[in-house]
Formats: sequence, C-alpha cells, structure tokens
Amino acid sequence: MTKNLRVKSSEYIDETNRISFKFNGKSYHGFKGDTLASALLANDVHLVGRSFKYHRPRGIMTSGSEEPNAIVQVNPGTSRTEPNVRATEVEIYEGLEASSQNCWPSVEFDIGGINNFLSPFFPAGFYYKTFMWPASFWEKYEFFIRHSAGLGKSPTSSDPDIYDHRNIHCDVLVVGAGISGILAAKNAAKNNFKTLLVDEKNELGGSTILENNEFNKIDNKTSSEWLKKEIKELKNIKNLEIKTRTSVAAYHQYNYLLARENLTDHLEAKDKTNKIRQRLLKIRAKKVILATGALERPLIFNNNDRPGIMLSSAVKKYSEFYGVACGSKNVFFTNNDSAYESAMSLYNKGINVEAIIDIREQSESKIVKKVKEAGIKIYWAHSIVDTTGYKRLNSISIMKLSNDGTSVSGSKISISCDCLGVAGGWTPAVHLYTQSGSKLKFDEEKQIFLPNQNTSEQISVGSCDGDFKIDEIIKNLNQKLKDILNIYETNLDSIKVEIDQENSKRNIWLLPSDKPLGKTKPFVDYQNDATAKDIKLALREGFRSIEHVKRYTTTGMGTDQGKLGNMHALGIIADTANVKMGELGTTTFRPPYTPLTFGTIVGRNVGKFFDIFRRTPMNDWHVENKAEFENVGQWKRAWYYPINGETMHQAVQRESKAARESAGILDASTLGKIDIQGSDASEFLNRVYTNAWSKLAIGKCRYGLMLNEDGMVYDDGVTTRLGENHYIMTTTTGGAANVLGKLEDYLQTEWPELDVYLTSVTDHYATASLCGPNSKKILKKIIPDLDLSDENFPHMSFKEAKIGNIQCRIMRISFTGEHSYEINVQASYGKDLWEKCMEAGKEFNITPYGTETMHLLRAEKGFIIVGQDTDGTMTPIDLQMDWIVSKKKYDFIGKRSLYRSDTTREDRKQLVGLLTDDPNIVLEEGAQIVSELNQSPVEMLGHVTSSYFSPNLNKSIALAVVRGGKDMMGKKLFVPMENQNINVTVSNPVFYDEKNERLNA
Amino acid sequence: MFLINCPYCGERDQQEFKAGGEAHIERPKQPTELSDDEWAEYLFMRKNIKGVQFERWNHAHGCRKWFNMVRDTSNDEIKAIYKMGEKPPSQ
Ligand SMILES: [Zn+2]
Repeated sequence: MTKNLRVKSSEYIDETNRISFKFNGKSYHGFKGDTLASALLANDVHLVGRSFKYHRPRGIMTSGSEEPNAIVQVNPGTSRTEPNVRATEVEIYEGLEASSQNCWPSVEFDIGGINNFLSPFFPAGFYYKTFMWPASFWEKYEFFIRHSAGLGKSPTSSDPDIYDHRNIHCDVLVVGAGISGILAAKNAAKNNFKTLLVDEKNELGGSTILENNEFNKIDNKTSSEWLKKEIKELKNIKNLEIKTRTSVAAYHQYNYLLARENLTDHLEAKDKTNKIRQRLLKIRAKKVILATGALERPLIFNNNDRPGIMLSSAVKKYSEFYGVACGSKNVFFTNNDSAYESAMSLYNKGINVEAIIDIREQSESKIVKKVKEAGIKIYWAHSIVDTTGYKRLNSISIMKLSNDGTSVSGSKISISCDCLGVAGGWTPAVHLYTQSGSKLKFDEEKQIFLPNQNTSEQISVGSCDGDFKIDEIIKNLNQKLKDILNIYETNLDSIKVEIDQENSKRNIWLLPSDKPLGKTKPFVDYQNDATAKDIKLALREGFRSIEHVKRYTTTGMGTDQGKLGNMHALGIIADTANVKMGELGTTTFRPPYTPLTFGTIVGRNVGKFFDIFRRTPMNDWHVENKAEFENVGQWKRAWYYPINGETMHQAVQRESKAARESAGILDASTLGKIDIQGSDASEFLNRVYTNAWSKLAIGKCRYGLMLNEDGMVYDDGVTTRLGENHYIMTTTTGGAANVLGKLEDYLQTEWPELDVYLTSVTDHYATASLCGPNSKKILKKIIPDLDLSDENFPHMSFKEAKIGNIQCRIMRISFTGEHSYEINVQASYGKDLWEKCMEAGKEFNITPYGTETMHLLRAEKGFIIVGQDTDGTMTPIDLQMDWIVSKKKYDFIGKRSLYRSDTTREDRKQLVGLLTDDPNIVLEEGAQIVSELNQSPVEMLGHVTSSYFSPNLNKSIALAVVRGGKDMMGKKLFVPMENQNINVTVSNPVFYDEKNERLNA
Repeated sequence: MFLINCPYCGERDQQEFKAGGEAHIERPKQPTELSDDEWAEYLFMRKNIKGVQFERWNHAHGCRKWFNMVRDTSNDEIKAIYKMGEKPPSQ
C-alpha cells in the first residue's frame, strides 16, 4: 500500500546509496542526501506527530529549521536519544530510528486526541483559569498536567558523545549561504578579509539553487545554474572558511555570536564513536553580514493544520531538491506569485497540480500566464473555508471571497486533493538581527518587519532585508558591501540580471469561513495549538500587550518560537484592536534561534572538568588514610577520619578529645595567604583592619577583623610581621580571592599613594597545624635546636626554622584554644612535613582531625567562623568583639558605619552562647529562637549559627544570634522544633577555658 | 558579551572582567566629620540610569587593574575607557 513518490532523480540525492531507517517501529528506505522528512514523504508518510494541546494529527509543513509540527524523538531508548528534533533537519543514515512524540499509545491512535473534541473546553488561558482553585487541588492537577505535558523524553543514561568549544576571531562573518551570503563572503574574502561563512544546511545555495525558471536570469543563465558556478569557485578562495551544518544560535552584543556546528549527527552509529558530535563556535567578528533569508508564511484558514498541508516553498523544495512529490493530487493556496513558481516546478517534473486558489482578484505576471498555458485551473478571489481528512488531507472547500476580504459568499466548491501548498508571502528572518540589539521598523506596504537601526558593524542583505527579487538583491548587496567593507569595486558591478517578476500580494491575516469564528479552527501557532479564536478571546479579556497575549495564548511559545505564525498573531491583534502593526511592536526573539543540546552548551566541562578541584599537598595522605572530604569553595578538605567504621559523630568526638588531651594535627593549607610588602605596609594594615598594627613587633602575630565599609564583618585571620616592611596575612579559606580583590581595589583606587605590594601565596605554602598539650614536645622532636620556651617563642609569635634542609615558618597561634603551632613549608614539601609530624607524634597518639573537629573545638572557645556565625549583617560589636575595634585609630574601613544610628541600636542581633536545659539535646543549626511559646504570630528573636555536642564538656553547646542577646545572660528561651520545644538558656559564648590557660599549657 | 578595551592589555572578552559599580565616588577623607546622612550618601546611594553612565571595571582575570568606563546602559555602547585617576572625557 506504500506508494513511492520519488518522481525524478536529483543531483543532491545519491540513489546508488540506499539507506534503511525506522520510523515508529516500521522500516522504510531513503537515499543518501535525504532528510527524515523527505524520506518519509517519498514513502507517502505525512502523519508524523500530534499537536501539544488537542493532540491533532500533524504532518510535515516545511523543509527547514522553522518546522513546527514534524518534531520527533531520535533513536528512542538509547543513550543518544534526543527529543524535539525537527524531521526536516535530520539527515538519514543507516540504522536511524525515530518516533513521534506527544502521543500515546501511538501516533495513529492517540488517546489525547479526545482533547480535540473537548476543545470548546480548552480556551486560551485554560490552564490559568481552571487550575487556580481550589488551591488544595493543585497537587492532583499537577499530576495530571505533568503527565499530559512535555514533548519527547530526555535520555536516562549519560551522553556517550564528546562536545567541544572553539573560539573564532574573524574579520567578516557571513550568516547564511544563499545567493546573498555567497556573494558577500566571496567579495569579503577576495578583499583580504578573513571571512567565515556558515549555513545550517549541508549544502550551500539557499533557495536560489532551486530557481530554474526563465524569468529569472543572471548572465544569461538561470539563477540556479549561475549560483552553482559561483559555489564551485568558492572552494578555492583564500581567507574563506566555510562551515555547513552550522546554525547560529545567538547573536550577542559587540558582534559576539554562538553557533552550533554539527559534526556527526548525520553519520551511522559506528562512525560517531570517539568523534566530536557538536562544537559550539564562539565567534567574535569585526563585521557581521546577515544573509539569513526569509521564511514563507502560511495562510490562516479553517482547519489549516491537517497532514498534507504544507508551505508552498517546501512542496517545491521536496520536488526540486529531493525529487519527491508530496502528493499525487496537489493544490496550491496563495496570496502572491510564489505558489505559481512551485506549481510550475511540479508541473515540469510531471507531478499533477489540480488547481491554484488565489485570494487576489487577478495577476497578469509571466509566471501566472505560464500556469494558465499549462492548463492548471486558477480560482481567483477564492478562499479555502474548510478542509477534510483526519490523518491526511483529502479535500478542501472553497468559496468566493468578498472585496474587503472579511467574508465569503456563493456556492461552495469542493476539490479533492492530498497535498496543499500554502503561500502567504515572505517574512524576513530578522531573529538574529534583533538579538544583536538592533531595531526593526514595520513596512506597512510590504507588511513585514525590516532591519532599521544597526547597533554594530553589521548589515543585513538579501531577503532578510526585504529584497525578494534577484535584481534588487544584487544591486543593494553591491552597495552595502562597498560601504561595510570600504571597497570600491566588486564582482557584482558587471553582473547582468534579467528579471520578469511581480511582487503583487493581497495580505489578509485571518481568512474568513462561512462558519463563525467560534466554530472553526484556524491555527496560528501549530505547535501549541493556538488559534485565531484564542487570540481574539485574549483581546476580549483585556490583554493588550503583544507579550501578554503571547503568554496567555501560548502563541510562539513552542520550540519553534512561532517562526511561522507570529506575524499572523500580530496581524490579527492589530486588526481586532484596530491599531497599526507598526505601533504594536513585535515579540522579542530570544536565543537560541534553534534549540541547542546541553552537551553543546557545556562542551568539555563535564565530569571531572565540570568545576576545578583544589587539593592540598597533603591530599594523598588524607585519601590513603580514608578521610571523608568536604567541599570548601573549590577546595577538597579533609572533613573527618573515621576508623573502624565510626560514624561522623563518633569520629569527631574522638578527634576532639584527642586534640585537647594530647595532640591533634590539621591540614590548614587552604587558608588564604597574602604576602604584603612595601614601606606603607603597616599603614595599609591599619586602614584595612579594625585594630592597630603600627606597634606590632617584627616576629609577632596578630588576629585581625576586616569589615566592609558598611561596618559588617567581612573576613578574619592572623597576620604576621615578617620584617620591617613585610607581612604575611592569612584569610578564611573561602574568602581568600575576595579579600585580595578588595585590598587591591582600595590600593588602586582610594589609596594609590601607598607603597604596598600584594601577592597571593596561598598555593605556595603547605600548612600543618599542630595542637594540644603535647604539640610542643612533638615540635621539639622535629626541630631539636629551636628554643620553644615561652620566653623565646611565646603565643602569637613567629620563628623561621629548618626541618633538615627545609626552610619553614612557624607561627605559634591557636584556633582551638590549645597550645599550637602552624608550620608552613614550601608546598612541595607539605606531605613530607605532615608525615614527619605523624611519625614524631606517634608516641603521643597524635590524631589527625578534619574541618568538623576544627569547627567543634573553636566553638567550645566561642571563636567565630565568618560566614557561619556571621552573615553580612553582623558588626564586631554585635559579635561582642568590642575589644578588637581600635578607639584610637582615626579611620579604618567600616569605622564610620559603626556609629550610624542603625548599627548602634541596642536591639540588634548579637552573638551569644546557648545551653540546652537537657545537655544531651543538640540544637539544629538554623533553628529559630523565641521567648514566648503561646503567642501567634510569635516574634523570631534570632537563630542558632553553630551547634555541637562537646565531648570535652560532655554537653551540648551552641552559638546563636539573638536580638538584644547581650543583655539576656541567663535568660530562658525556646527553640521550637517540629516535635518538641527545646528549652535553652543564654550563656557566655566562650564555653571552655575562659581564662585561656591552656594556650601556655 | 562586551568586547572591552582594557587600557593596559587591549581588547578582551567581557568574561575576563568584573563590574565594580558607579565610578567617581570618592571615599571621604574624613569620615568621622560626616553626619549619618552624608555618610549614607557615600555608602548607599548609587545612580541607576537609563543612558550614559560612568562605571568602574576591573580586569579581574587579566592584569587585575581597575579602570573607568563610560557606557550607555540603554544599548550597552561603550563610549570611553580611561584609567583610574584620569579625568572623565567631556561629553
Ligand atoms: Zn588588563
């Protein structure tokens, strides 16, 4: 029963290369050069999908990337499957499988098709109106909507393909390789501009290589013949790179464009392996020439969506380019001469054309005469009022159209047909043009939007600039090329064009039917099933802005972004609201022009390369010793070291006890380190920290708090004076890059007079922090000749020393409250240092501990962690750290803000300790704190910022920020949780060794 | 994606830069002399205009230098770029 509609051989189809493929499980064959669409049409398959809302049967409408209906799932059920692919763009290969989308159980019998009969109940805004109430039903609605929504399925296994990115810098980028693009690229390259020509198709030539009629001649050849010669010459031009199967997705400012180059989608599976599938080209062009062509418009009439109803230009392309007849009884419906060219193209190939329905009163152009001579019946001033055929068009009914185009009259004529080519004129493809920020104007005469104001070095040429006739195209292209390339002559100067073509058109956005609009289905957006009725309803309901109508009716919201129907939607709105189209504006065309795969967007940045990891020099040791890791910014930090199947809690309790009872060791290499030098280094520190630095002696360390100019705590850390004009600053792990940036900013912009140099040395050093009562003994074993007495090496001081031959910097500073040393060595010796400490500490049961134990130990001491106990709204006063704010210094960053009326409020949130009445209950970090349980609504006083079970105190401890907390010492508060209200008491945030006696233990 | 002409390195992609807000807001030399309102003016008040705006930019992934830019926010045209400390070009 399958017919073969391959009617004539084509130079673009290799009939010696037969290819078999499957569609919806059934095997078919086509030839090398076919798209899935052309191969299906050759097999007389028109029904390829179902529409989104009504599940109406839909067929192939176009031959390009603007296709709204023929959207398929490629290679379903495999890791290479891809949804929402346009059958008109898939080049077939041996083994290709594709299936219809949005239908269940099959495209032939689709249960959702019942929506079509229920359509009176699915008006515009149906989802908004229906599912709003009752609110409690939303969950049920959501379930239903999720099952009905969605086109296609995403793959469930990981993508086996490789994707790539490439940066391209060129003098001239030409987008589109039709006649205008080819001539532009040729002239640019010949004038020594480094030129890139891209086209989304696999062949160059655009629509002009299909122009074979004698009314259209260049240098005495048909335009297709002439262009083919030009294309041949292109291949040998220096400075010219040509990329086919390359679709420009986005045109950003400053001539930055993103294009997707398709490298393997047209190859058999065996040839795809280990090759780059798609490459994202990031193009920065000095000049851009847009030659994106024009898209043919459909006509909007009752039941204009049946399989078999196509664009006239597509019917022509399938016959000229692919040698396929789209039907055996073809009819055209038109408002201009284009359909006559398509009809003649079919006629010349022996394909039957039954009739042409023309809404114009008359046309006397040469091509019309030719059609008359061919004996094809023309119905002037007629319009289609209805069509029949559920899964395939089988007839149309036409009636006489009134002079004003708003009604039909007379008797109804029925014409039997299986393919209808519709020609509604041409819409310049200005999508990329507007993406670049350039502005359009509406041409009331031609009824099209045209480029108006270019923002950058760009021009639009050919039909995307409104030139539809070859003579106009070449004349205007010639002048524009001379202007943008700054050249005086081109090869276009001597071209002779003979043309006998007419552009008469009768534009009617919505064609009338004998039935009222409420009873008809004139589709404007095919993919989303928006009809003219929906648009009028939206206007009646008060929507005026085109952007609102678009969202309410979903017109133009599909994967095709309404490339075919947007103009009609605008036209219908303008007609109904009685405004001029030019005043209505147009919707925004957003990138991408055609959908991009996620693979293309991310390129090589997948798996291990998704984000970089930073690892400390000791990392291998942590891995060997089974540490669990936590991410701190990009760093992988050892979190805790479980032994014998310990839980995190057990490991942390053990590590915390060991660090206080004997010795612990922490990898502190991730702390930010900034080397500060220059004769004004001390003054600089005075200005960036809250405390005073001028009197810090060489060899001493000091803790500093850094504020933002608004007085809020920004970062903290210990800075050591290494020499008269030399300091090393440490920052928090996460804050390192920002602190450096902030310091550089002040140095360059506010205080350029200061002689200070900053260098990030975070990665240059590895740091082991040795802590606990036995840390001194361990260090003594490693460096026997260093005097570790409190007199020679007191707390908050620094020594240079040598471990063997290795130079090291040792700071006696403590973040745990224990006697501790931070030993810094050149990064490459980090692991050796660590192992030496472990070896020397063995007899003291030295215990490596991770970030979790570090957090617990410092919480016992009430030391803050910036970013955990602070959140950008805490001043040092709020933190009860008044002691670190110098009263004497005239100025420092943030000082003035500390006595703004807001920062001096008594009822600000302040850092306090919290003790649970039941010492075994550990509060949740982030839990809210209240003073009343029986109030509603209850005032939130603050929240828990840090909370642990302290093994050293054998009770739960927490830090919290509480409104007015400073004056609440001993007050009872509540932490209400889902299952219980926890009673807590406000306490001093220092829970352990308040007198700091252990520092010198 | 802008193409920004760093005064030290030349034309580079916007990805390499960080925007730093309004330009020519000098940190007061004597903050303690200012009233709350005057300090708030320096601290919080920034212009957000449609049209020509003076901005600070930093070549963060390049030479790390700060510089000034004059940009028309309505169409993102970069009208001028000049170094810190230099006078803004007259309109
Ligand atoms: Zn630079």
